[in-house]
Amino acid sequence: MTIIVIYIKRGHMNTLVIENLHAGIEGKEILKGVSLNLGEGEVVALMGPNGNGKSTLGNVLMGDPRYEISEGTIVFDGKDLLSLPAYERARLGLFMAFQYPVELPGIRVSQFLFRIAELRRNPPSGYAAFYRELKEYLEILHMDSAFLDRSVNEGFSGGEKKRLEILQLLVIQPRCAIFDEVDSGLDVDALRLVAQGINRLRGSHFSALIITHYRRLLDLVPVDRVYIMEQGRITRSGDFSLVEALEREGFGALKEQETPALQA
Amino acid sequence: MQYETLKEIGQGYAERFGFSMPERSVFTTGKGLTEETVRAISASKNEPDWMLTFRLKALEYFQSKPLPAWGPDLSAINFDEITYYTKPTETPGTSWEELPPEIKETYDRLGLPEAEQKWLAGVGAQYDSEMVYHNIREDLKKRGVIFTDVETAVKEHPELVQRYFATVVPPNDNKFAALNSAVWSGGSFVYVPPGVQLEIPLQAYFRVNTQSFGQFERTLIIADEGSFVHYIEGCTAPVFSKDSLHAAVVEIIALKGARIRYSTVQNWSTNMYNLVTKRAVVYDGGLMEWVDGNIGSKVTMKYPAIFLKGPGARGEVLSIAFAGTGQHQDTGAKIIHLADNTSSVVTSKSISRGGGISSYRGLVMAKPGLKNIKTKVECDALILDGNSVSNTYPRIDIRSTGATIEHEARVSRISEDQLFYLMSRGIDEKEAAAMIVNGFVAPLVKELPMEYAVELNRLIELEMEGSVG
Repeated sequence: MTIIVIYIKRGHMNTLVIENLHAGIEGKEILKGVSLNLGEGEVVALMGPNGNGKSTLGNVLMGDPRYEISEGTIVFDGKDLLSLPAYERARLGLFMAFQYPVELPGIRVSQFLFRIAELRRNPPSGYAAFYRELKEYLEILHMDSAFLDRSVNEGFSGGEKKRLEILQLLVIQPRCAIFDEVDSGLDVDALRLVAQGINRLRGSHFSALIITHYRRLLDLVPVDRVYIMEQGRITRSGDFSLVEALEREGFGALKEQETPALQA
Repeated sequence: MQYETLKEIGQGYAERFGFSMPERSVFTTGKGLTEETVRAISASKNEPDWMLTFRLKALEYFQSKPLPAWGPDLSAINFDEITYYTKPTETPGTSWEELPPEIKETYDRLGLPEAEQKWLAGVGAQYDSEMVYHNIREDLKKRGVIFTDVETAVKEHPELVQRYFATVVPPNDNKFAALNSAVWSGGSFVYVPPGVQLEIPLQAYFRVNTQSFGQFERTLIIADEGSFVHYIEGCTAPVFSKDSLHAAVVEIIALKGARIRYSTVQNWSTNMYNLVTKRAVVYDGGLMEWVDGNIGSKVTMKYPAIFLKGPGARGEVLSIAFAGTGQHQDTGAKIIHLADNTSSVVTSKSISRGGGISSYRGLVMAKPGLKNIKTKVECDALILDGNSVSNTYPRIDIRSTGATIEHEARVSRISEDQLFYLMSRGIDEKEAAAMIVNGFVAPLVKELPMEYAVELNRLIELEMEGSVG
């Protein structure tokens, strides 16, 4: 009986368990044995130098079919993710905000958002109900409703694309979200809006993996833990003080590849 | 609109359009084409002599012209196996109730009476060789709008018919225009008096029911000065193992300041050779718009043409083609600038999948020395898999100074990034591909009447079945 009590206690149940994950693309191994846990309700940062596999991990978690998985397991809410296509992972409650959201000419934002709302775990009762909900999210993100008539991401500025990612996050309300450098290329105001969107979902039923280079997003979105990924492996983990240490010392023995100014 | 239609995936062409009724005819010429066939058709229609003479001359042209040496392979058409004329009923009706039950049932299943009630100013329905139904709203009739079958027009409006018939597409224009001219039957005759604007469209629906059949309707539309009409045509046929032939001729005359929009959603079954000649002449300040959607058929050759005859005349062709397995859509546009200050726009989008071939074949030319000619040609092709083909044969021949000429052509594929992005939102691969394809054609689909836009989107969903994954 005690076991049952432990299981329902917040923080003890893992939403996402990655064990010894090896994955690559076109024959080149990028992830070389990644192990990482994400507890229910936890918000975790994944940091590390460019080209060390952070985005690959995001894409592999979401189910990009172009990656080959050679070893390891990913368990999401007790289910084996690796056997499922991306859309089934999404329907289980996994979400990813893309680093480079793709343009979808001719697909209207409003249609697209309604369709993905229909596919979420608690679909809206109809378009009218959905639209009321949507208006609230648009306000949070300071987005004009004229957005809804545009084609998804087509001709969007970098900031607009990222805000549309967060809008989708709010619409879908996933159990677990991966943010792949959602802060890159954003000015301070846009960054604040993105952080507001993420924070709105915080709670015992939402966990997040925030892939980022710098602390400025983490100052706005407090994290429970920080993982450092180097050369395809998790090399360190700790609390927020690790971020501060990184700021002072850089990524371990590796030199930081880019200066913050260049990244921004 | 799009997401509504997405739910209906799974109801295929065969059930919705590909059904057939028992063959019926009160008169048929049987298989094959000779002078006797032509005489029999003419006699059955009780035509004036000039029309018989016209037909017989056209038959000579047809028999003497070879098949086109370019474009899709037409060598499999067996002209001796085709039935050129089948009259399904004695007299056309102006109410659906008058029609023989199997014909009425056909149109009920296709939803035509309902569409007429809801959103059309007039409807014509052709069944095999004859227009079996024609009706136009009483108020439009009172304003002098004529909407009838061509046979009736020959008898009741001989002055208009003789003045314009075959002036836009002469019988010796090409082999299939010649064939049509020899054996034509049915089609619409439309006359819109000066200044009359039809806010809601007229529609003709062409249905082939008989196997190994040739449908040869002929449509003639005259928009008098300052008038406007939107004419829509749709077509479907049963799915048969043997091929059929549809060789229509459409002639359009837009007089000074008139505007005509002609929208087609061609959805023949994939045993149909669809070889159609469509042409418009536009006088001073007039506007002709062809909106041409080609979804069905085995082979389509169709290049809606516009002759810009008067100063300030404008022409626009919007073309959407979808070539699936076993289909060859060879479509495009032909624009001839014959006066100063004329402008034209050609926008073509095609999708090829499952080994289908779609080709854009276009010609824009201007009489040398004209002033202020503007033209813009844009063709986009989407290829969905490695077996499918897209060809572009654009020709622009404008020899004048100060002309504005724009031309763009693009070929693209559905990107894996796009599919992954949509799938990461819970959309399965098939639906994701359909959404991308619908998005690709969306700018043109929105130009179609709404009911047809829904239909076209739906057809794309259906066509996309099994095309990925």
